[in-house]
Formats: sequence, structure tokens, C-alpha cells
Amino acid sequence: MSAVHIEHATPSSRIGTAILIALGIVLALAPVWGGRDDLRLLAEIYSYVALASLWNLLAGYAGLVSVGQQAYVGVGAYVLFALTMLAGVHPLAAVPIAGVFAATLSVPTALLLFRLRGHYFAIATWVVAEVFRLLAAQISILGGGSGTSLPAAIVTSMAGSRTLREFEIYWVSLALVILVVGAIFVLLRSRYGLALTAIRDNELAARSNGVDVTRTKLVIYVITACGTAMVGALIFLQKLRISPDTAFSVNDWTAFVIFITVIGGVGRIEGPLIGTLVFFILRQMLADYGSVYLLMLGVIAIAAMLQAPKGLWGFAANRFGWQLLPLERRVAPFEISKTSSEN
Amino acid sequence: MPETLLEVRALDAHYGDFQALFGVSIKVEAGQVVAVIGANGAGKSTLLQSIAGLIRARRDAIVFEGTAVGDEPAHVMVARGIALVPEGRRLFPSLTVEENLLIGGQLARNGPWNLDRVYALFPVLSERRNQPSTSLSGGQQQMVAIGRALMSNPKLLLCDEISLGLAPIVVRDIYSRLPAIVADGLSLIIVEQDIVQALAASDHVYCLQEGRVRLEGASLTLDDIAAAYFAV
Amino acid sequence: MHWLNIIIQGVLTGGLYALFAAGLSLIFGVMRLVNIAHGDLIVLAAYLALIVTTTLGINPLLSIIIVAPVMAAIGYALQRTLLNRTLGDDLLPPLLVTFGLSVIIQNGLLELFTADSRRLQAGPIEVDSIHVAAGLAVGTLPLIQFTVAVIVIAGLQAIFYRTAIGRAFRATSDDRAVAQLMGLDNRHVYALAMALSLAVVAIAGVFLAVRANFDPSIGPARLLFGFEAVIIGGLGSLWGTLVGGVVLGVAQAIGAEIDPGWQLLAGHIAFLVIVAVRPEGLFPKVQG
Repeated sequence: MSAVHIEHATPSSRIGTAILIALGIVLALAPVWGGRDDLRLLAEIYSYVALASLWNLLAGYAGLVSVGQQAYVGVGAYVLFALTMLAGVHPLAAVPIAGVFAATLSVPTALLLFRLRGHYFAIATWVVAEVFRLLAAQISILGGGSGTSLPAAIVTSMAGSRTLREFEIYWVSLALVILVVGAIFVLLRSRYGLALTAIRDNELAARSNGVDVTRTKLVIYVITACGTAMVGALIFLQKLRISPDTAFSVNDWTAFVIFITVIGGVGRIEGPLIGTLVFFILRQMLADYGSVYLLMLGVIAIAAMLQAPKGLWGFAANRFGWQLLPLERRVAPFEISKTSSEN
Repeated sequence: MPETLLEVRALDAHYGDFQALFGVSIKVEAGQVVAVIGANGAGKSTLLQSIAGLIRARRDAIVFEGTAVGDEPAHVMVARGIALVPEGRRLFPSLTVEENLLIGGQLARNGPWNLDRVYALFPVLSERRNQPSTSLSGGQQQMVAIGRALMSNPKLLLCDEISLGLAPIVVRDIYSRLPAIVADGLSLIIVEQDIVQALAASDHVYCLQEGRVRLEGASLTLDDIAAAYFAV
Repeated sequence: MHWLNIIIQGVLTGGLYALFAAGLSLIFGVMRLVNIAHGDLIVLAAYLALIVTTTLGINPLLSIIIVAPVMAAIGYALQRTLLNRTLGDDLLPPLLVTFGLSVIIQNGLLELFTADSRRLQAGPIEVDSIHVAAGLAVGTLPLIQFTVAVIVIAGLQAIFYRTAIGRAFRATSDDRAVAQLMGLDNRHVYALAMALSLAVVAIAGVFLAVRANFDPSIGPARLLFGFEAVIIGGLGSLWGTLVGGVVLGVAQAIGAEIDPGWQLLAGHIAFLVIVAVRPEGLFPKVQG
């Protein structure tokens, strides 16, 4: 009798993977076919896909609903500015260092936050983000409450010309989002991923099956903090200016991210991809309307949560059994005797 | 001529994909005590919960006083005069004994039952009226649960396994008060695993097995029931 | 003496925080709902008070008579039409819906009233103070505010423990299925609880409007203060919430005295210390 074999791919995931690879190639060539504004817009889209994917990992898979991830966006941004302005580190090298710093910081933070559960945990994450914001406003070398700009010298040191610099940052953004989504995919394919799905479905049952729930959640929290900080560092490297209110903005880094994940579908890796697309389309359509635009977003978010709690992708996945990436786990049919073979 | 108070007609009930009741039909006349017996998982609680409105059913599957009420929610059914003593007592832990009774009378329906009468029926509760309900013994908690249901002055009282987890002497004590409970013409459905007690207390018995009525009758004996259950 | 003044100020401010928190605590208790829009609803109440005061020309504190019932009605409708549909075991729906609500309220107010800072004038009470002893003065308005907070909390306790509706709240919170067996319509009970919560929010909003400058964006900070007061005080205890508010107020006052930029930080850090050391709060209600 052959050993049990787990299959992941489905017809839709084969198509999906092909589409994503093709898309990746097209996007990598964007500097060829796109203008400056296109590159900026794409980089912004990548950062939201990455942030939403990470939030989705935390909330949709590990069950840790956080409304305070802006804490790590801000930490990443401030560490980048500090390293480049005060320690002469190359901006692109500062990105991963910011990630490591945030990961380290997130460990004691998690231990503190894990003392609360559910809703209380959620709001406490917001308090932590506020603490980081207020502390950042105390750092006068980096501009205190009003913030500071990245000196021109650091910016120009990145590459020979402005065009080259913009290409460089664009490719790093693309590389980062591929890294983030890729890492999440690998994680979900692994035994860790199986543990996460178990925790998501029923924490008590997972625990009684030997899953170390607390450690798994801690690992996910740290990974998410690291990724979020790297994305944050890159975002503000492009913005060239930082301030406590922008770096730690609840609206920009949490409200929009949650909106994207909900519309797209929580707990599915494809959700953030779809959600970001919808978000940016809506933004193009409504941006002229100012605060009415945000109001509309709020209405759409509520309607989505009530009518389609699984999001657009969740609906499609449930209805048609689609998946973009091969993450499903099926025990492959195994032959019991050699004589009863199937085509 | 006794009029039919409650009629359950071909009731089906599901929990998700699992079907718990298959075309169950029972009848309760005014002033009657009906017993529904069966093993664990036979569907007895599901039947009571459907009658009480906690589980929605087909509109005409449950007819109470001539009106089809199968799809009405529980709080409306209480107003109509059906009260359920739930399985496992399920008293409100945040409320005292007296508060549990008072909330049973929240709807203030007309009828003979009030706080004094409940205390007269179960004097030990009167001594413990201000204690948290969870500090009482199992038997006392069962008395509170029954009293709480009586406070709504129902026409039909549904008792779900009131003997569960109680010592036999306590069970006998509680059952000994049933006559006082039905004295004013209150109808009763008791669901029990304790067959002896159920047979002794009731006018009519239904035997439920795996969601179906296997046997019913007005004066069944233990032999009749054993034959029904163990016959192939 | 100077420090005593600071601490008293902090205690009295704590009364306002307790008002922010009381409505929140009520809702946690009855339906385990975290209303992220809570702070924004306080600001909404402040703007309602603004409208009432300017149209009727009455003292802002009197406007509570109109603002409270209006907010209560809004609360009932909100719960019945929207929030009841989010209740359940899953954390995300109520969190996200109330987040969306928060965004809607903030931006709606922004559209209607602009981002300009407002303040309601309550007259001479604002600057009056009572001299308790040599060098020790207590502001009249903060004192009134604190007293109102105590009265509100006492009132809520009375409602919860001495009335039929209070019994209904506690029973529905314990076991919503069996509560239905008592003839209680859950949807109605929850809506009444939200109506009560928003009535308290109305009082908090009016005092906020008189006490400080307000604009559409200050809601989230009030939510955090209210939440912190609840956690510090202990879940399930209304009087604990008052203590929590006081602890927060005093921490902030001490922080502000050391350095104005440290005011908010001191409060948040006091909260985090409690989370680290005693996450169930100072006076948690023992679960029955």
C-alpha cells in the first residue's frame, strides 16, 4: 500500500499560478512600458497588497485581530530614517534592518498584549500604536511632533540618476511584495500552515490536538511585525518625509488595510489581492469627493461585512471552488490493489 | 369533551446536515400529562425546543389552541402560553433565586402562579431567595427552574429531563409536587429517561427512537416498551 | 499643595473618563460588543448639543434634556437595524462594522461642520472654583462633572440590579437562548441597552463640549480613554470603571505636570502597566 500523498493543486490554481507568473513578468518590466506616475501607483498598490496580506495572516489565520499594525509601519519608517540620517546606512539596507528591529520589539509587545483576548486585545493593539506614536513625537532629532524630511544627499546616494533611483525603488517594492506573499504562501503550505488553519477553525480543538497555540500565534505576530515594518520603511523612503501622525496613521495603515482584506476575503491568501484591486478602483472613481469618499468606503465596508462576510474571493471560492494559488490539501486517492487501476 | 391543546404534525428537525426528527406527531389534550421517553439522542429535547420556538419549524407542523405556530420565535410562544423548563436547568448565574423567578414572570400573563404560590410549592426556595441561583443544590435549582417557568402562567408546561443528575430521592420529591402543579388544569409534557417515573406521572406516553415515534399509548407497561425497543 | 491640586484635577477629570467608559462597559457586559464608534458617538452628541444650544439659545448643560433622548433613539435604531446583525461568536463583524461606522460618523461630521474646532460656553461656571483650603481650589465645572459621573454610575447600578429591565439585561447577557424562554425578545433587549448606553454617551458628549475644544477627529482618543478606564477598573464592574477613570485621569495629570507632551503617554503607560500586572483589572466582577 502506498504512503498517503497530499495534493494541493486544482485546475483553477494551475491557471491562477500561470496568470500570476505572467503578471509578475509584465510588472517587472513596468519601467519599460510605464511612466513615473504608473510606477508610483504600482508601488503603492504593492505596499497595500503586502500590508493586507500580513494583516490577513494575523487576523484571518492566527485569529489575532489587530487594529494597531500602524505601530510597526511607523517603527519601520522611523528606524529607516534614523539609520540613514544618523548612522549613514544605505536606505535599501536599512529596510531589512528595520524589519529585524521591529521583530525584536514585537516580542515583548506580544507578551504584553497576549494577556488580553478578543476585543480587548484588539483595542490594546491600538493603544500600543498610540504609545509608539507619542514616543516618536518625543524624538527631536527626527523632527519631534512635526517630523522631518529625508536629506537630499541620502536620496541621491541611492543611484546615479533620478530615473535609475525610481526604477530601483520600484523593483525593490515589487520584490518585497513577492517576498511577503511568497513567504506567506510557503508558511501556509507548511505544517505551520496546517496548525494555523486548525487554530482558525477551532482553537480549543487545535490545542487538544497538540498544537502549541500560544507559540504559533507569537511566531505569526513577530513575522507580521517584521514584514509590516519593512513595507513601512519602503513606503516612507518613497514619501521622503516622515511625521508621527502620518507614520502611525490609523486610517492609512489600518482602516484601509482592514477594508481591503474584508472586501477581498479574510482568511484566504487571494483576498488581499482582490481587495486591493477593488480599493484602488474605488479610489480612482471617488477620490474627487474628499471626505465623502471615506464615508462611502465606510458604507461599503459595512455592507460587505453584512452581506458577504467572506469577501469577494470567499464567495467565489465557496461557490466555484476556485483557488489562485495551490493551497488546498487533499488526500490523493490511493490504489488499494494494482489490478483496479483508473485512467 | 377535551379539546386538543397542542398538536404536532409530522415535525422534521435538522441540526445543520443532521436530521434529528422524522415526521414526529403527538397530541396533548387540555389538562393532560404526556410523557415522551427515549434514549439519549432520540430527539426528545429537539422536540420540546421545537414546540417552545427555540428551533423554527414548518408553520403548520405545530398547532397550539388551533393556531399554526411552528415558525414563531420562543419569546412569542411564551406569550401564547407555552413555557419550557430547559434541560440542565440553565438558571441565570447573575441573578438570585428570587430574580430568576421574577424574570420568569416578566410577561405578567394572567393566571394563578405568582411568587408566593411558587414559594408555597417549594418552601426551601423561600429561605434562599436572595442567594445566587448557582449556590443551590441540583434539586433546588431544578425547583427554581420549574418555578421560573410557572411564573409565566403557561397553559402548557414542557419539562426537559428534570430528573437529570439528581438523586432518586430528590427526583421523587419533585415529582410528588406535580399534582399541585397541574391542579388548575395546566397541561404538561415531560421528557424523561427515567421511564418508571414518567409512566407513573403521565396519562399518555410516546416513545421516541432515533427521531421517530415508535410507540404510544395511554396505559403502557414496561413490557410494552421493552418489546417496542428491543424488537427487531 | 501644588501636587495635591494636580491630583484633585486628575481625579475630577477621571469623572469625565468614567462617563466615556460607562456606556462602553454597559455594552461589553450585556452583549460582548466592542463599539469602535463609541468615541465618535460622543463627538456626535457634542455636535448635537452645539445645534441645540445655538438654535434654542439655552445653556449647554441644559441641552442634555434634548440630546440624551435623541441619542437614545439613535442607539435603539442603530442596534436594531445594524448592530444586532453582527452579534455572534465571531470577532470580526462587529469590529469591522463599528469601524466602518466610526469612519462614517467622522467624515459625515466633517462634511457638515468642517474641521473647525468648537467649544460650548456654559457661562461663569467654567472658570469658577471653590476654595477648599488655603491654596487648594477645586474647579466648579469639573466638580459638577465628577458628581454627575457618580450619579450616572449609581443610576446604572440601580437600573441593573433593582429593575425589571436590568434583570432582563443580566439574564440576556448570561444566556440569550433561555432569556427568550422568559418572553424576552433579544433584539429589543439589546436595542434598549444600546439606547441606554448612548444616553450616557450624550451626557459625556455635552460635558466634553463644554470642557474642551472638539472637532470631528477627536472621537478615537475618547474611545481609547474609555476603554482604558474599563480595563483598569475591571471588566463587569461599573464602580470599577469610575476608579479606572480616576486612575487614568490622575496618571495623565501627573504626566502633564512633568511635561505637557507626556500627558497622553502617562495615561497609556499606566494602562499598559495594569495589563502587564493585573489584566483582569482592579475590581473584576467574579464570573458566576
